[in-house]
Amino acid sequence: MTKTFHIKSYSHIKNQTVSVNGQAIFRDENEDFPLFIKNAYKFLKTDYPKFFKMDNLSKLAFLAADVLLKNENLNEEENNIALIFSNKASSLDTDRKHQAAIENEAEYFPSPAVFVYTLPNICLGEISIKHRLYSENSFFIFDRFNAEHLQLYTNSLLQSGKAEKVLCGWVDFDDNSYEAFLYLVENVGKIEHNTEEITRLYNIL
Amino acid sequence: MAKTYLSYNNIHSNLGFNSETVVENISKGLSGLDRYEDASLLPGPFCASLISSEKIEDEFNKIGDASKFTKLEQMMILSLKKVVDPSNIPLNEKVGLIISTTKGNIDVLEKESEFPKNRAYLSELGKIIQNFFGFKNESIVLSNACVSGVMAISVAKRFISEGKYDNVFIASGDLVTKFILSGFNSFQALSAEPCKPYDKYRVGINLGEVSASVLVTSSKEGLPAEAVEILGDASRNDANHISGPSRTGEGLFRSVKAALNEANITSAEIDYISAHGTATPFNDEMEAIAFSRLGMELVPLNSLKGFFGHTLGASGLLETIVGMHSMEKNILFSSKGFTELGVSKHINIIKGNTPKMLKVFLKTASGFGGCNTAVIFKKTTTNQP
Repeated sequence: MTKTFHIKSYSHIKNQTVSVNGQAIFRDENEDFPLFIKNAYKFLKTDYPKFFKMDNLSKLAFLAADVLLKNENLNEEENNIALIFSNKASSLDTDRKHQAAIENEAEYFPSPAVFVYTLPNICLGEISIKHRLYSENSFFIFDRFNAEHLQLYTNSLLQSGKAEKVLCGWVDFDDNSYEAFLYLVENVGKIEHNTEEITRLYNIL
Repeated sequence: MAKTYLSYNNIHSNLGFNSETVVENISKGLSGLDRYEDASLLPGPFCASLISSEKIEDEFNKIGDASKFTKLEQMMILSLKKVVDPSNIPLNEKVGLIISTTKGNIDVLEKESEFPKNRAYLSELGKIIQNFFGFKNESIVLSNACVSGVMAISVAKRFISEGKYDNVFIASGDLVTKFILSGFNSFQALSAEPCKPYDKYRVGINLGEVSASVLVTSSKEGLPAEAVEILGDASRNDANHISGPSRTGEGLFRSVKAALNEANITSAEIDYISAHGTATPFNDEMEAIAFSRLGMELVPLNSLKGFFGHTLGASGLLETIVGMHSMEKNILFSSKGFTELGVSKHINIIKGNTPKMLKVFLKTASGFGGCNTAVIFKKTTTNQP
């Protein structure tokens, strides 16, 4: 039997603003992303020192996920929430940093702390560690936000029982331009899980 | 739920430009790994399996203008063409395309590159492959570290089950670049000698470049002899560390359990494990612990990294294709580079090619970000050894 699923909550981080369910919870005048995200982290009382080791993409994804998952009363041991994320720029922001460190023979200093972030799915690992998610993780790359793909893949995971809930969306970081939109899909919620609603929420801010 | 099969397949590696030749070379024990000293790639000596750019260009010029495509694009298109052509499927809206890669055209970021920098966007790579063949659907690019190649099979299966597609082509590939070599070297993870998965004297990985492609289909008609059915698949995160595997093999253990559960079989029914086996001390130890916890100590297991090196986003698909041919031939291939067990739990590493009636095999992979994927395959034919 085909079950229907719902969007329980959603978050945006863009234009120096962190929003949950369409309501701004933090706004900052800083146009510089590292400063903005640090201020957001402090304001939200995140208290997770590993945050400062993360690259820009992971910081963006981590906070966008954290503002939703901290309201979920998650189990301290383990949770079966799949993470299905996507973006356009993959990990290019950090890729460029690693490339700059190996470009010249005279200044050849590749760093493992940078290199490990040259994969887009590392941010999924960061979120999984914080929230004890021993679950499905996938990172897809598209030219633009692709609601249909996310909707279908999420439905498949929930329908087949491979995940109890799915946190999915878009986290993109490219040359100080950034955008995160995540939403939590599960059995209950007020918003129907279909491509029209996903697109509407994506564009709501 | 609709059944799904892996059908036509191709491997482009320095061991050959089709699966049959590559598998033949593996059965002879030939490795594609060589020692290199090339300061334009890495300041010190290294061991890797590389494909000659000239050979790829010569091949590509038979089907297109090589000067317009990067080396990776040429490799991936050449490989995919050898799957698309024999499949003879009209590329309509019921046909999907999945691209599996970790770094794509990352070499265009180098100063010397003749290609525009925007070629480094993975969606550009997807578009180029999609347009070369005229796929109607936008390509789906999967970039999930070292599990990408196996996970792409899961993704294809799920889209077919959802009724979105009847057929999905998967093209996978990654290059050995200065970018990748310098990064793994900064982790002190590289071995300058041919790698020795699970061996007592293993010191690290070798990198390799291949492109590998497969057709995933819901149709049982016209399958090649090596075709397999996908019985079950799962991915699980370790929730432990972003660059080191879990010491208890938690994610791998859970992913295999979940895949067995979906396949509705017990671990006793697995005839062969095509494992990840990168030959780093931590990875191989983690796998041994996970397989031991699963009660799979006696199941014959190999790593193919001694033949190809670690081929990143292609590795899982490449190794699955070799597994398909291994089952068809009813031969377990030797785990090259292995002599003496060097992990704390007993596992049954294949020493020397061994004939065995094979029906079901398990493919696993693990990667940075704590990801682990397991897929179980069943032979579709009933050939005897």
